[in-house]
Amino acid sequence: MNEGQIRQVIIDILERIAPDEDLSELDDAVPFREQMELDSMDFLDIVMELRKQYRIQIPEEDYEHLVTMNSTVTYLTPLLKDVESPA
Amino acid sequence: MNQLPDEQRIVITGIGLTAPNGNSLSEYRENLLAGKSGVSQYETRYMGDVLAGVCDFDELRYQKRKEVRRGTRAGSVSTYCSHEAVADSSLDWESIDKSRVGVFLGITEHGNVETENEIYEISQFDYDTKVWSHHHNPRTVANNPAGEVTLSLGITGPHYTIGAACAAGNAGFINGVQMLRLREVDLAIVGGVSESIHTFGIFASFQSQGALATHEDPTKASRPFDRNRNGIVVAEGGGICTIERLPDALARNAKIYGEIVGYAMNSDASDFVLPNHNRQKECMELALRRADITSDDIDLVSTHATATDQGDIEEVKALRALFGDRENLAINNTKSFIGHAMGAAGALELLGNIQSFDDGIAHATINLDDIDPECHLPQIVANEPRDMGEINYILNNSFGMLGINSVLIVKKFA
Repeated sequence: MNEGQIRQVIIDILERIAPDEDLSELDDAVPFREQMELDSMDFLDIVMELRKQYRIQIPEEDYEHLVTMNSTVTYLTPLLKDVESPA
Repeated sequence: MNQLPDEQRIVITGIGLTAPNGNSLSEYRENLLAGKSGVSQYETRYMGDVLAGVCDFDELRYQKRKEVRRGTRAGSVSTYCSHEAVADSSLDWESIDKSRVGVFLGITEHGNVETENEIYEISQFDYDTKVWSHHHNPRTVANNPAGEVTLSLGITGPHYTIGAACAAGNAGFINGVQMLRLREVDLAIVGGVSESIHTFGIFASFQSQGALATHEDPTKASRPFDRNRNGIVVAEGGGICTIERLPDALARNAKIYGEIVGYAMNSDASDFVLPNHNRQKECMELALRRADITSDDIDLVSTHATATDQGDIEEVKALRALFGDRENLAINNTKSFIGHAMGAAGALELLGNIQSFDDGIAHATINLDDIDPECHLPQIVANEPRDMGEINYILNNSFGMLGINSVLIVKKFA
């Protein structure tokens, strides 16, 4: 997957775990939690969905990389580079 | 008759419910009087088609989609019914002290649905427990349904559920009455809820026990007291009320549906599943004594009977011993319409009858085509509603496994 495809994967996950949010105006440089109602349990859902869908184990010390869309995509790119896009 | 001082008298002032045949008191009552069943075919995991009482209330009326996703079905049922009850009560919700409100809800079981879902989920991942949801614990703690109500309504007083098998609906009311009389709270949100149709285990267990109803016409499957009854139709639902001390209700000129004048709970101490008519009779007698009335004062008995062979016969024995052949008494059964709503059963069955205080009508027991001689009671209201003229006292029975009995007596408020 390339960066654009990984971004779409994250958007799909956010739509499921925060179904009341409008994600069309999401600013990729701003922390998710400053733009939407996302608490620690929701955040764990992102980690869980990546684990279920792509068998990626994200260690707790790496959670800090999942703060903004940009940092998340940067973190996931090497992990998902050999994975086919779901679309 | 009732010698209690006014501040010990507890009245019902708001009602919210969802039943398989109605999502409001008026719709539910209308369908009960019209003989309309809420039982339908329903697909459950591993077992395929079974029969169930399924509710279709609008979860999103009082919850965001995220709250529905994060919580449980029992939590959604409880939240819907509680909001409806509060709205119906006309309480000025913004101004009341939320630390003086308590939520006490009866449940038959809780956590089976969520546990089965997670086990199914990890089975899709070779039983890797790393995909077991972090939401599992908050969903399955036993207080979950009541806790979701406090989160939704901003209630900071006490909340918990009362695990009382199928006697639980009445138990929720009883606990609320006690907490109001102890002045632990000033308003109690009480009743019972069920999400049980979402666990295959409850169907499978009743089937293994030979107690799961089958019928080619789902609406005829729940048939208490009938010779051709063959078991229980599992249902989901909720019946929740706001209850208050009488002076508080009068001070705000509240609509009063009825006064809870008597209650009792006891235990059979005789069998895991088989009921015991002697203890059931003793439970009704204790409730009558507490209400300071006799069995002659009761106008309507709302029975627990679930359409199992032995269960129905045991309750009939208890009723015969207590009421004999007395005329001017109606005995009916709400499960014949909606199935067995488990933790919600006691509450929904009381609420299906509570408007008889206004219209004087006892709703029917449907599907009673060929009464089992062992279940014969001359007072049973079979197939068509009965106009009783006036109904002043309802006695509501709810019994459950492990030998738990609960009785509530509600009086018309005049």
